[in-house]
Amino acid sequence: MRITQGTFSFLPELSDEQISRQIEYSLEQGWAVSIEYTDDPHPRNTYWEMFGMPMFDIRDAAGIMGELASCRKTFPNHYIKVNAFDATRGRESLRLSFIVNRPPREPGFALVRQEGPGRALRYTTRAYAADRPEGERYSGP
Amino acid sequence: MNATAAEHKRTKTGAERYRAGVLKYAQMGYWQPDYVPALTDVLALFRITPQEGVEPEEAAAAVAGESSTATWTVVWTDRLTACERYRAKAYRVDPVPGSPGQYFAYIAYDLDLFEPGSIANLTASIIGNVFGFKPLKALRLEDMRFPTAYVKTFAGPATGIVVERERLDKFGRPLLGATIKPKLGLSGRNYGRVVYEALKGGLDFTKDDENINSQPFMHWRDRFLYCMEAVNRAQAASGEVKGHYLNVTAGTMEDMYERAEFARDLGSVIVMIDLVIGYTAIQSMSRWARRNDMILHLHRAGHSTYTRQKSHGVSFRVISKWMRLAGVDHIHAGTVVGKLEGDPNSVQGFYNVLREPHNPVDLQRGVFFEQDWAGLYGVMPVASGGIHAGQMHQLLHYLGEDTILQFGGGTIGHPMGIAAGATANRVALEAMVLARNEGRDIWHEGPDILAAAARDCAPLRAALDTWGEVTFNYASTDTPDFVPTPQVA
Repeated sequence: MRITQGTFSFLPELSDEQISRQIEYSLEQGWAVSIEYTDDPHPRNTYWEMFGMPMFDIRDAAGIMGELASCRKTFPNHYIKVNAFDATRGRESLRLSFIVNRPPREPGFALVRQEGPGRALRYTTRAYAADRPEGERYSGP
Repeated sequence: MNATAAEHKRTKTGAERYRAGVLKYAQMGYWQPDYVPALTDVLALFRITPQEGVEPEEAAAAVAGESSTATWTVVWTDRLTACERYRAKAYRVDPVPGSPGQYFAYIAYDLDLFEPGSIANLTASIIGNVFGFKPLKALRLEDMRFPTAYVKTFAGPATGIVVERERLDKFGRPLLGATIKPKLGLSGRNYGRVVYEALKGGLDFTKDDENINSQPFMHWRDRFLYCMEAVNRAQAASGEVKGHYLNVTAGTMEDMYERAEFARDLGSVIVMIDLVIGYTAIQSMSRWARRNDMILHLHRAGHSTYTRQKSHGVSFRVISKWMRLAGVDHIHAGTVVGKLEGDPNSVQGFYNVLREPHNPVDLQRGVFFEQDWAGLYGVMPVASGGIHAGQMHQLLHYLGEDTILQFGGGTIGHPMGIAAGATANRVALEAMVLARNEGRDIWHEGPDILAAAARDCAPLRAALDTWGEVTFNYASTDTPDFVPTPQVA
């Protein structure tokens, strides 16, 4: 399966040039770019690990692409996403967030159903990879 | 102006004002051309069409009177009150450009006329009596301005655009939805199948239609159970948060609460109501949604009975303002390009009113007053009705990013099936956002961008082949009255 979180997951994998253009766009809007990674892709895993702080002071895409290259080198089999943060009053949230790296094999999720009264079910979404400890969940090709 | 006409517009005072009998509304004090609206006044702009022989100022004064303190005759009991303060004041009347016999009347209302935090009370005054008033052929409420002091008496949207996006973890693009079709007749089990296919294929939301409640072919509990199975299955298949707007509209508040609680207990992120349940019920459901961390979707069922015709009724921009105060998170607000009424400028005016923290005067888009929303959350406008993947560049151009694009027929009617229909829409959307961010001119290059994306995506290719040429080019009835004129330096 393919996890389709993020703004561009239905498109073919973005090239570095395409990623760089999205970063340039974000910087033009005055947003701060950050990089996050995880090996727990649960849809409600809000807090991916931060690869450094949001780069409030890096205003060129090349510098950010350098950080991304370094994150990919450290975590080649993790999910990595690029975020753009807008600190404008009333927004103060992400404006763009897209996956730029993913494990070679994505085993996906089990849906666990617990039967309750009156045909009601309680659902649990469990990533198969999350059965193993953090850091050991995905292997290389 | 002759002496009699001037006398008819002059406010009478003292004993002369309160002598038993009938006076012109202007003479009773409802026409005050020198009045400067206070920052705390509620302002309303009406389009008035006076009967033959009724002067526009008198007609405006009558609207001010009948929507505030007046009755048809003088009453001495006015003198027991601070009546000059409680009288609404018509303070400006302008002819409507290009529409002989119609006038824009500006009316100011003192804040003390309204109960805090009650749309029912506000509307009982502003549109309560006055729309059937005989001296007017027709009357339309075009716009309102709410002072900060009044805005702050409403809690506003339960979730709002920003928090909704954070909860769903979806940023940078419009959200995608579809209304399940056929709207009536599917059993719960078959209905859930459509939900599952559409969500698995790539939509963020699916939706009950406005008239899906609890009918013999599908009782509400059955629908809720099957839909939540579909939502959870699609969530596990995609790794994304998904939702289905479970319509909790019912005959009584007790029934609506029961349905909403069941939706919550099953783990739904969102419930839905129809505009026809009424303003107080909407505010109650907003409070409920806020208490239960749920998104509240509003389907504007019934609105066209009073929003569509320009001469009479209530503009949808006013309904949009009321609904932002009342506290819904989503509202259908037009598509521009789809099958339902919607002039581009008017629709953009509605979207701005729903989404922006502050609205400047924007006559081209029908916005007559500056409005500061004082930190009230934004409402996500929903574009629904006869739209398809081939229009993606136009939709993004007209409607922007904070919107939900709902392709019902454009998903379920796809020749390769429902999931393929959903995938086509999602690919078209992501390709268009990517291209826009790269600086491409999507308005002109849109069809090329879609064609390029379709080379990697058979479902999108099939969608463009099926619907690429479908358009709904009919003249709109609800259009702004002001057109841009070239600026002379």
